[in-house]
Amino acid sequence: MIRLVAQRATDGAAVEPRFDVELAAVTKRYDQTLAVDAISLRIPRASYCCLLGPSGCGKTSTLRMIAGHETVTDGDILIRDRNVTDLPTARRGTAMMFQNYALFPHLNCLDNVAFSLKMRGVGKAERYVRAREFLELVEMGEFALRLPAQLSGGQQQRIALARSLITEPRVLLLDEPLSALDPFLRVRMREELKRLQRELGITFIHVTHSQDEAMALADLMVVMDQGHIRQSGTPRQIFEAPASVFIARFIGGHNVLPTPRGLVAVRADRCRIGQAGNGAQFSGQVVAVEYQGPVVRVALQMQSGEQAAALLPDNTYFATPVQPGDPATLVWSEADAHPVAVS
Amino acid sequence: MMVGGQSYQTVGRGRPWTFYALAALFGLFLLFLYGPMLVIYILSFQGPDGGVTFPMVGTSLVWFEDILKPGQMANIPVSFGRSIALASIVSLLTVAISVAAGLAFRRRFPGSGVVFYLAVASLVMPSLLVGFGIGLGFRALDTKPSLFTSALGAQLTWTLPFGLFAMFAVVNRFNRAYEEAANDLGATAWQRLRHVTLPILLPGIIGVAMGAFTLSYDEYARTTLVIGERNTLPLEIYALISSATSPTLFAIGTITTGVSFLVIGLTLWRILRLQRRRAGAMPS
Repeated sequence: MIRLVAQRATDGAAVEPRFDVELAAVTKRYDQTLAVDAISLRIPRASYCCLLGPSGCGKTSTLRMIAGHETVTDGDILIRDRNVTDLPTARRGTAMMFQNYALFPHLNCLDNVAFSLKMRGVGKAERYVRAREFLELVEMGEFALRLPAQLSGGQQQRIALARSLITEPRVLLLDEPLSALDPFLRVRMREELKRLQRELGITFIHVTHSQDEAMALADLMVVMDQGHIRQSGTPRQIFEAPASVFIARFIGGHNVLPTPRGLVAVRADRCRIGQAGNGAQFSGQVVAVEYQGPVVRVALQMQSGEQAAALLPDNTYFATPVQPGDPATLVWSEADAHPVAVS
Repeated sequence: MMVGGQSYQTVGRGRPWTFYALAALFGLFLLFLYGPMLVIYILSFQGPDGGVTFPMVGTSLVWFEDILKPGQMANIPVSFGRSIALASIVSLLTVAISVAAGLAFRRRFPGSGVVFYLAVASLVMPSLLVGFGIGLGFRALDTKPSLFTSALGAQLTWTLPFGLFAMFAVVNRFNRAYEEAANDLGATAWQRLRHVTLPILLPGIIGVAMGAFTLSYDEYARTTLVIGERNTLPLEIYALISSATSPTLFAIGTITTGVSFLVIGLTLWRILRLQRRRAGAMPS
């Protein structure tokens, strides 16, 4: 089977490094714009790390700096305890999968996958044998002689994956790998990426602007905005306790509500439509009702103009249905409300 | 035209009169473009007793044979050979320089603006003046103008800016991610150029080569003052037109057109064969 990342002892370091990737105050400045502002991050061994954020938040710049496609303005990047900040791309132990895959259009799949071996001077017979193993790994063996233009998006992605993995990277960098696929395929490739990462036991760093994707995949989810890391942790930690209004809004599924003790975030699925009482509540008017299958989303507009929504289990909703225009009160348990910072 | 026509027809009102007016205009344009050439091709098969105008007095190949006969036309095959040799060298130099320049211009470098405007200026300059200047320069240096020195230089002032602009268009469509991927996969700068950049740009590069070849092959104005003693084909033909007229000139036109189509056909065939081999012939 596939042999990946023969553990090379690095410079007499006897202790196994605890982290695959460490960023120390990494900064990227383009002329006057600060794209990445002194971010620090440690990614434990063999993790699936998702860099999540809106466009222009610095996630792609960060990924490209780790890959070595972008110079680092300030700070250091360590991969398995080795400072790679000034090393050329190919000597970092990383491999990158590009957003549009960047498969070489003039080479067939086999030659695309064998490309890195050819560059290292591996003989034709040997590199084809090895390339075929990796084509099998991504279940693309029968497409070896096709040109990239003859493949679907999902198939191209598998080839790109094989071409990256054959370099035996310690860290695989993926730049919005699923954004070009249709929704159905996206979910399937997502499972497959996670499976590959688990089986290969290497670290994947995956840049995305989709919180669904990040939640589904990440061991470590890093939410970025305006060149800063706003919060990092497991998806569950972040979803259950978003640190700021920005995080709560960006990962979705939360209401941000002004209360006497300040702004709080409450999960929409913990909110109910109920009677005015003494508990935490907001009254307003129903503005939309969306049937979503297992849940029904009821959107409310508060008297103060705030928008909020309740995700109700379908049987709860249909026991006491409401219509747009009805007055309604949003209620939640005090225990479900998390104070959030303004930005 | 077909696409537009279909969408009109689905509305069910037929084509508007403007369609027929414009189609007639386009037909006239085609006639204007190809009519004169067609006349020349037909007249080149003029009978032995015919002249340079219609009517045709029988048909024959004597005017083609005339080209190769010793005598008045003796210089045609020789000057054809010179033109081909010069055009090949011009084409080669244009490709080498404009590909390198096209890749360099992807980022701004000190003086890139100046170099760019100098290239533009060379296109705008009246061709006769460029040739005249080069001729004067050679005289000032007390050097004899000749085919592969002054004429080569004069033609490069014409083909290089063209090649450069064509490469701008080619390089603009080139996605830098290919080069980053090559770096990522461990290619050295040379390997990246050899195995990724050049092969992907190849169709555009062939286009530049053929364009430069054609520009050189029928260049007249810049070359005429700097050619020295031995003429290229266009200069030779011009000399013939002013001295004698016979359907032989038409025969030359027919042959050169035939050669051009042959070159285009061969190039296309080679590109297609290359692609097919790339797609098919790998050990399995």
